Amino acid sequence: MSIPIDLPTIWAFIIAFAVFVYVVMDGFDLGLGILFPLFPQKADRDVIMNTVAPVWDGNETWLVLGGGGMMAAFPLAYAVLMPALYTPMIAMLLGLVFRGVAFEFRWRTQKARNKWDLAFAGGSLVATLAQGIALGAILQGIHVEGRHYAGGWWDWLTAFSVLTGIALVIGYALLGATWLVMKTEGELRERAYHLTWVLLVAMLCAIGAVSIATPFLAVQYTQRWFAWPNIILTAPVPIAVAAVTALLLRALGNKNDHQPFFLTLALFGLSYAGLGISMYPYIVPQSITIWQAASPANSQIFMLFGVSILVPLILGYTAWAYWVFRGKVRPGHGYH
Amino acid sequence: MFEGWDAVVLARAQFAFTMSFHIVFPAFSIGLASYLAVLEALWLATKREVYINLFNYWLKIFAVAFGMGVVSGIVMSYQFGTNWSSFADKTGPVIGPMMAYEVLTAFFLEAGFLGVMLFGLERVGPRLHFVATLMVAIGTLISAFWILSANSWMQTPTGYAVNADGQFVAADWLKVIFNPSFPYRLVHMVLAAYLTTSLVVGGVGAWHLLRDQHLAGPRVMFSMAMWMATLVAPIQILAGDQHGLNTLEHQPAKVMAMEGHFQSHKDGAPLILFGWPDQREAKVKYAIEVPKLSSLILKHSLDAPLAGLDTVPRENWPPVPITFWAFRIMVGLGFLILGLGLLSLLMRWRGMMYQSPLLHRFAVLMGPAGFIAVLAGWITTETGRQPFTVYGLLRTTDSASPLAAPAVGSSLIAFIIVYFAVFTAGVIYILRLMAQPPHPGEQGPTKDLPARAAGITPAAGAAVEGAR
Repeated sequence: MSIPIDLPTIWAFIIAFAVFVYVVMDGFDLGLGILFPLFPQKADRDVIMNTVAPVWDGNETWLVLGGGGMMAAFPLAYAVLMPALYTPMIAMLLGLVFRGVAFEFRWRTQKARNKWDLAFAGGSLVATLAQGIALGAILQGIHVEGRHYAGGWWDWLTAFSVLTGIALVIGYALLGATWLVMKTEGELRERAYHLTWVLLVAMLCAIGAVSIATPFLAVQYTQRWFAWPNIILTAPVPIAVAAVTALLLRALGNKNDHQPFFLTLALFGLSYAGLGISMYPYIVPQSITIWQAASPANSQIFMLFGVSILVPLILGYTAWAYWVFRGKVRPGHGYH
Repeated sequence: MFEGWDAVVLARAQFAFTMSFHIVFPAFSIGLASYLAVLEALWLATKREVYINLFNYWLKIFAVAFGMGVVSGIVMSYQFGTNWSSFADKTGPVIGPMMAYEVLTAFFLEAGFLGVMLFGLERVGPRLHFVATLMVAIGTLISAFWILSANSWMQTPTGYAVNADGQFVAADWLKVIFNPSFPYRLVHMVLAAYLTTSLVVGGVGAWHLLRDQHLAGPRVMFSMAMWMATLVAPIQILAGDQHGLNTLEHQPAKVMAMEGHFQSHKDGAPLILFGWPDQREAKVKYAIEVPKLSSLILKHSLDAPLAGLDTVPRENWPPVPITFWAFRIMVGLGFLILGLGLLSLLMRWRGMMYQSPLLHRFAVLMGPAGFIAVLAGWITTETGRQPFTVYGLLRTTDSASPLAAPAVGSSLIAFIIVYFAVFTAGVIYILRLMAQPPHPGEQGPTKDLPARAAGITPAAGAAVEGAR
């Protein structure tokens, strides 16, 4: 499999980059929401919220870039995928509504605080599950006729999509737990360490299950991963997963507060690369390639100017915002 | 449920519903972000405590409103794909890049600096904090630029070609972005946002002045807001008039619907003040009209001929009653805002600015007027360009996703339930914040609750004190 360097390929990597940045950045925000029920103490919850309150909005913006960028660069794929994923998409959007407003609302009321804590946890869980299900639904293939989605509104629901949904919930929870290890201290950090162990085992099981199930979805996936000479390129992925896992276990054993988060990001990166290997060059698996879906060159070039100048700038000031709010968050020392 | 319903009608209802909820938040936060930047600049320049108190007071309200704008906005950006996939496929190459630029130049700027603006004063110091506030304010304006450009292109498409797949593609990006209606729409909407915010700020100030005329914060905010209304309302009426003339040139059927002109008039068209437009019978019942005034306004000549909807094929008519009445609500409120501005000017001149319960009651009553006017204005322009999504080129019925009615009906109900529950709570929280007057030593979102007031490091606190 050789990858040509042309505009659609560059844009495929840009969109993939935006979605990946979204997944890891909003991933730990959403993971905190998923873990919220396990931290019933108000003081703990205040700290957990305050670790992401200044940055969550920026994290979520990558989702808008992923969606908007896809409409701009691959309008046909956007037009086919969104109706196919209608129910998970609407569920995700509504989940994000509850999750997003909870950041401000829970500080605006005393007596009903639990209501918005529930909105934060429930919204995060629903949004994550919906994203994972959407991923599975894309991988398993979508019924396309002409330039339109041609399936029903429940086609997305299969055992495989439920599996990817659960896998993503576990993955985001692991990101959230390692984020807490890095950003908190004392008893809260200890419990986050404990959760990290449990979730890491679950995450490895989930990666294994999805990896085993994927080749059964379509013969193309099997060939992509196991046919000679592709296997030279694909074999390093599981080997790297094993290596990162070993490093992660060592970091947990040494009680290093920073490494687990970044090693979990690496695990996500490897899983994501695996997805890319499975899908390329399709943007709608087995039916629409990135070249078929691509916008005309002048649309892609027009945006490429903006992306090459603005994305480094965005990464710069986003890093600055994280730097401003660096360090451990202590009870009562919150930003709120 | 929803078997036998028209899926496109449901999708339109869902878009109208989610859009109407969304638009009020940006309309408010565009103006409020600029107001916050002005307040912080005044504080930095004069070191007067009243300005930082007002800044912190409005910052808390901004945080709640902005959050609601963000979450309802993400829904909008994905709805193009979920519910209007044919539209997304056909216009993606033109509209998509504009929205991508909105994300890259505006959303990231707002979101990246919002955290510092809300929580970072002690961490970065007053000057860098002001930069953050400024970036958020500039971000809201850049966002308005791109999204109004995209909307305007749908109303007055230029600079495009159509490719073999039936997609619109850009032939000239400058003509796409600076399409004929864009400058007018941008000015009209940004002024509307500023007016909306000034009415809210003025209404809140007046509410507290009605209780105590001597409160420093309410006095300052009321005076600032009334200057804004006084100066901007006449400019807005002028801008609206110019926007209308531009619409007459590019979307005549919309103006015909706004005016209720079913028939053409050869020598001078009347201005129909009120009446009941009957779309089926193609006439305005119970019309109260001023002869020839419409020709005077639109053509600057009493006897100028003016075409009516009878010159437009019936399948291309917009829904006249909605367009007609939404337009009248917007214009009526515009003149009421002008009236409030003039009354405040009179009271200011007579030295009664803070002592006139009449003025204060009027201002409280007008507090939400901007929101209603903005909604009415958008309903006018979006209903008036029907039955097209890309004016004259792509029909709304050809833009929708291939979804079954039960799918769209279910999501519509879910949106209605969730939006009413969530945004009602948000509005109540905002009203609760507004019900308190700004206090001396007002705190921002950083430490507004006693339980969390302990976390300021002495050095940073001293820096802020020093800056005062």
